[in-house]
Amino acid sequence: MAAARRFDRAAAAPAALLLLSFGGLAAAGVEDQAEQFFRSGHTNNWAVLVCTSRFWFNYRHVANTLSVYRSVKRLGIPDSHIVLMLADDMACNPRNPKPATVFSHKNMELNVYGDDVEVDYRSYEVTVENFLRVLTGRIPPSTPRSKRLLSDDRSNILIYMTGHGGNGFLKFQDSEEITNIELADAFEQMWQKRRYNELLFIIDTCQGASMYERFYSPNIMALASSQVGEDSLSHQPDPAIGVHLMDRYTFYVLEFLEEINPDSQTNMNDLFQVCPKSLCVSTPGHRTDLFQRDPKNVLITDFFGSVRKVEITTETISLQRDSGIMESSHEEGQRDEELMEPLKYAEQLPVAQIIHQKPKLKDWHPPGGFILGLWALIIMVFFKTYGIKHMKFIF
Amino acid sequence: MPAVHGGERRWEAEAAPGMAAARPLALLVLLVLGPGGWGFADPPRDSLREELVITPLPSGDVAATFQFRTRWDSELQREGVSHYRLFPKALGQLISKYSLRELHLSFTQGFWRTRYWGPPFLQAPSDTDHYFLRYAVLPREVVCTENLTPWKKLLPCSSKAGLSVLLKADRLFHTSYHSQAVHIRPVCRNAHCTSISWELRQTLSVVFDAFITGQGKKDWSLFRMFSRTLTEPCPLASESRVYVDITSYNQDNETLEVNPLPTTTYQDVILGTRKTYAVYDLHDTAIINNSRNLNLQLKWKKPPENEAPPVPFLHAQRYVSGYGLQKGELSTLLYNTHPYRAFPVLLLDTVPWYLRLYVHTLTITSKGKENKPSYIHYQPAQDRLQPHLLEMLIQLPANSVTKVSIQFERALLKWTEYTPDPNHGFYVSPSVLSALVPSMVAAKPVDWEESPLFNSLFPVSDGSNYFVRLYTEPLLVNLPTPDFSMPYNVICLTCTVVAVCYGSFYNLLTRTFRIEEPSTGGLAKRLANLIRRARGVPPL
Repeated sequence: MAAARRFDRAAAAPAALLLLSFGGLAAAGVEDQAEQFFRSGHTNNWAVLVCTSRFWFNYRHVANTLSVYRSVKRLGIPDSHIVLMLADDMACNPRNPKPATVFSHKNMELNVYGDDVEVDYRSYEVTVENFLRVLTGRIPPSTPRSKRLLSDDRSNILIYMTGHGGNGFLKFQDSEEITNIELADAFEQMWQKRRYNELLFIIDTCQGASMYERFYSPNIMALASSQVGEDSLSHQPDPAIGVHLMDRYTFYVLEFLEEINPDSQTNMNDLFQVCPKSLCVSTPGHRTDLFQRDPKNVLITDFFGSVRKVEITTETISLQRDSGIMESSHEEGQRDEELMEPLKYAEQLPVAQIIHQKPKLKDWHPPGGFILGLWALIIMVFFKTYGIKHMKFIF
Repeated sequence: MPAVHGGERRWEAEAAPGMAAARPLALLVLLVLGPGGWGFADPPRDSLREELVITPLPSGDVAATFQFRTRWDSELQREGVSHYRLFPKALGQLISKYSLRELHLSFTQGFWRTRYWGPPFLQAPSDTDHYFLRYAVLPREVVCTENLTPWKKLLPCSSKAGLSVLLKADRLFHTSYHSQAVHIRPVCRNAHCTSISWELRQTLSVVFDAFITGQGKKDWSLFRMFSRTLTEPCPLASESRVYVDITSYNQDNETLEVNPLPTTTYQDVILGTRKTYAVYDLHDTAIINNSRNLNLQLKWKKPPENEAPPVPFLHAQRYVSGYGLQKGELSTLLYNTHPYRAFPVLLLDTVPWYLRLYVHTLTITSKGKENKPSYIHYQPAQDRLQPHLLEMLIQLPANSVTKVSIQFERALLKWTEYTPDPNHGFYVSPSVLSALVPSMVAAKPVDWEESPLFNSLFPVSDGSNYFVRLYTEPLLVNLPTPDFSMPYNVICLTCTVVAVCYGSFYNLLTRTFRIEEPSTGGLAKRLANLIRRARGVPPL
């Protein structure tokens, strides 16, 4: 009896402990869920993907950008929220043995160009000026909507850049450069105009880490494919196409992203480990000191996907038919009949009319500017030399 | 979605089992009820016709031309229209905002080889071409899937049903010629033309190289060309047809075989010659048999006689000649191969301002003699503002070659105006030839609603000739290119020279010499002296 009681008491304590811990865990679970709901604070996602290199032998930079484009589209960001800038056309390049395709894996396994790609800035439009205008929003009013970055203070933006770079600069199309200071200032302008909530900057160039050294605005996380003094190397050539298809860092990032789907919980710490030195040869770097949240709490889909918080409701809403519209459209149809003037098609090639056209008379304008000044000078010199009394011989 | 008056009960019944499931169903309901479903005033009617014309060309290649025509009986410029069904909203808003009368926009990759393929059905220049009361050509633009994607999105059935399932980019761009265009124009609804409706035609022309698709033989099939087959017509289209050119078909000789056999044929005079077409109507359920798809095939039983392909009556060629980077000559050759008829041709040339034309060197010769044009209009270029415009009406004598040539000088651009790859060269847009070419067979005037679409893009006023617009090839000229590394070189050299000169001068002027006392020596010397003193030896 006593043994049983002792056993009971002995069993009660751990049982009580277990119950307490369960209670604690349950409470923590609810808190966790609540924390998850309010975790990132963004309501929309944007992506700006830039390839800055021209010419056929830079095929790999276009393939890099298109593979990030493909992943970002697959995870849910629509074309209207992606600004894709490609400095040259590889898919329909005359040197491409398979037109309308850009491959990332050799033996032509994966066509990252796809069937429904929309490129916003192409060829000569990819310049430093246009890139900075897109970021800061200082764009001429006639720019179409697909070329604008219409982000607000609740947008998470992913910026991916690739090309040829050096210590502190990135080369655009072999003719101009953007420096890390300009880039940092552009991000600061974006912050002051509240154009982003959080920003992820990824760069795949030689000495890429130098590009994020100068950032000073809050909420920016940056990744680069190589440190200062190191080169980023390309992955594998394809013998049929004849060029290197991808860069190593982006190749392994693509393989990593192919395993992500919209509801995965993978966080940024996994992305930092993506390409160790054994695979990449260069040392990828990252910078998180400006970022407020801990990287292990940041989901990959916060930047690469467009995951929305959705609440499903079972209420129904009934809309009323507006009877006001019905009568007015009837009357308008009748009034229009008489007002239109008749149209007819011109003859395709009115030869007689063309031949007998009178030459158009140009309007006569009085001389101005240079010609007027010249004549005034000539007359002044003439009268100064010969004196005003000679005027009577002229008139 | 507002409650539909006529089908209200039906919509609500389908909406009962959960919102998410009902949404696609509800959409379908709206489409089907479409025109008659609205209880109040009828929205303007719109209709869609789609067709595909497949023509074997004289050189053995196969040309496929898609046309999608949406006609909308609405006067966009007057009412504030907000309901768009088949007509794309993006274009409707463009028409009403800018009060457009007509719009033609085309993207072309490749060049239509008139000499080998015959006159083109739908003419477009190489590169992009817009008309907004004016004419503009961008010779450098590349056409690829990124241009096809938004074009496909304008179609009512997108690329999901009907003839547009055949539009797969990887096959369409593996061709010798690819051209896609958007044409918008108003058409009269009645004889007096007091009310108009808007017509949107989207056309896509491709020429498949026989050696890529047929492996050397001239047989073709839809699957081999497009890697797809047709399964159903677009549900929104009132007509959905495929026409195959079987003019060479001769029952006795058994030249070719078409599979499946057509139910009807259509004969008409197209571009001056009489042609016969096999018609396949996708709305006809007998066509799409129990395998649920239609794969048209054509096999040549007897290889077509290896005669020279018939030469079209009008074709042209353009080239740049000369040497060096200062001068050059631009020549256009116009060929009239008709044995006895002469006809006039309107030649329009826009030459960029950096090729300074010498108009006094303009010469036009036919058959060795000078040919004076009936009309010339020349608008000189203004640097960096507008290009040269030269328009001439030239009478081409029968069976002759006319050469139009003009000399030019190349200008030096400012160094910021060069493209990032200036050694590639600069493009000169193609010249446009418009002519009324005499036809071999008289054509009768066309009734637009009844006849197929490919017949009615260019209406002809009389049957004895047909209108042709040809484009020549674009040209590539090299401009004198500076050495772009020179600013860097100059800065380095100047700075070095300045540093050396100034440095030497500065040293000469400010350097003074003074005698320096020898130092008492370092620690080592002192230690050595200490040891020497201890030894009694004289110090260092």
